[in-house]
Amino acid sequence: MDFFIQLFTDPVTFWNSHTLLIAQIGINSIIATSMFIVLYSGQLSLAAPGFMAIGAYTSVLMDLYWRTPLALNIAAGVALAGAVGVLVGLPVLRLRGVFLAIATIGFIEALRLGVILNLPITGEGLGLKNISADPLNGIYLVLVCLAVVLFLVWRLTKGRLGAAWAAIRQDELAALSQGIDVARYKMIAFVLSAVLAGFGGALEAHLQTFVDPGDQQYGVTRAVQILSFAVLGGSGHFVGPVVGALVVTTLPWIFVQAQAYINIVTGLFLIAVIVFRPQGIVGRGGLAIIRPAWWPRRDRVRAPTPG
Amino acid sequence: MDQQLLNAVFIGSIYALFAVGYTLVFGVLDILNLAHSAVFMFGAALTYSLVVNHGQPFWFASIVGIAACAVMGLVIEHVCLRPLRRRRAPPIAALISTIGLALIIVAAVEQGQAGTLFGWLWVDGGNAVAFPAGTVPNPTWHVGDLTLEASKVVIIPISIVLMLVLGYVIRFTQVGRGLRAVAENPRAARLMGLDVDRMISLTLVISSALGGLAGILFGVALGNISPYIGRDNVEVRGLAVIVLGGMGSVPGAVVGGYLLGLIEVLTLVTLSAIGSSSGSSARGGVAFAALFLMLVLRPQGLFGAQLRERI
Repeated sequence: MDFFIQLFTDPVTFWNSHTLLIAQIGINSIIATSMFIVLYSGQLSLAAPGFMAIGAYTSVLMDLYWRTPLALNIAAGVALAGAVGVLVGLPVLRLRGVFLAIATIGFIEALRLGVILNLPITGEGLGLKNISADPLNGIYLVLVCLAVVLFLVWRLTKGRLGAAWAAIRQDELAALSQGIDVARYKMIAFVLSAVLAGFGGALEAHLQTFVDPGDQQYGVTRAVQILSFAVLGGSGHFVGPVVGALVVTTLPWIFVQAQAYINIVTGLFLIAVIVFRPQGIVGRGGLAIIRPAWWPRRDRVRAPTPG
Repeated sequence: MDQQLLNAVFIGSIYALFAVGYTLVFGVLDILNLAHSAVFMFGAALTYSLVVNHGQPFWFASIVGIAACAVMGLVIEHVCLRPLRRRRAPPIAALISTIGLALIIVAAVEQGQAGTLFGWLWVDGGNAVAFPAGTVPNPTWHVGDLTLEASKVVIIPISIVLMLVLGYVIRFTQVGRGLRAVAENPRAARLMGLDVDRMISLTLVISSALGGLAGILFGVALGNISPYIGRDNVEVRGLAVIVLGGMGSVPGAVVGGYLLGLIEVLTLVTLSAIGSSSGSSARGGVAFAALFLMLVLRPQGLFGAQLRERI
């Protein structure tokens, strides 16, 4: 509870003592938005950590070897992530549902275990030291970028593109018969999400003095975490995943007493939301009440009274 | 090389045993049960704990371990799947709820220290441990230049017999017919008078018991038990196995398991032949690249001819 008390009574100290947390929330929100775009267009893609890794490694390597300015590094990381997004998206987007999810898991793990952990230039399993990281002032950059990203995504979902994505999500066949170029719009969503994930990854690398190729960072564990942002928050509106990122990232600070058991809290939270509030925290409608089979039904038809 | 091929068969058997449970649930329910790798780990961890911390004999500990995993299957069904089925939620919802349960199981074991909340279950925190020597009699034979360890050799008959039994049950018994009916069309099965919920519970119990057994065998043969063995060794590899064999196909999962074992060992051999030191991670990289290519080129898997027919 100290967390909230400090937030409301002493915001300045709160800001100063939680800078890294706030920056991480900002980055996770950008990545959650990348997840939101694919989910909004009806595709269950878990490829985000792979594109994050591409963005992060590209920008840090450019900085290490060529000492180029940060903006250029991030731009290069984003461009490469987008290009790989096109290459991966072309074959993968024919798959649907769980199959797409599995194929993208294959992509991120093949990239991490097969490429990143084996190339001398990426430091193999040891990771990379990021000498020009700026964890302290990076937060302003992150928050500005988040605002820009959210504004753009908001405009996109309001426009023709968003309408097409929503149509595809609700019924792909119907969208096709309405003359919507389903393959093209899916591809746009996938590449845009790759670009955003690459952007988030490059920003995250800028905040950290060390690029760690671990599972928590660019592997399946991270993919699951990003998916949980979108599902907890609700993926019908772009605010949902951001709220999800906020909640999941702050949970360890809210339940400080249960810090060791934080994954248990997160797991219970995931199950509770998906069972009782399937539309997510931000979403229309109330709680779904699941009645056990043995629970007496109140609306049972009464036996007709004799008479 | 022969020794390596033998290793491929050992590890392939464990992959197959694990993936059979995975694919059974997918075949019947069209749902990926991502808690399966946590159940795999739970079986190994509980058995280890019963033997080492509670002083039980190994055979008793492994029976309790498998039974506990079967109960865990019921937990998965009642907590993660049934409420969602009642509401006709999309399959992605079950993906999330089983991930949630997997997080809980792994975190519970991971936090197990002597004297804490989960101390009865596990005392080694996030560390990797192995069964002390002599827990299981482990005679070693030398045939030619091959080394045969009993703890690894027994895996092959155990998994083959179990998979044959499972195949028989699914093909030729009343219960198996029920399972296939539910897999084909749950609604029609219910109209024919089948207790669909009971069939699904049964599927989860069988699947989780097999998963737990695979975990125990893994722990004994590879001498590596930690809260992360499920996540690091079989979670994504299990996906690769069922994709290689064809999602939902039990024979496919068996063939896929051995195939993946073979792919990994061949990668290892090739890499060490060209003098690369990066064998262990590249092994996973090649396996997942195979998964990716398989889905892209032949999404129905090797046994794709029977795409419509499940289990």
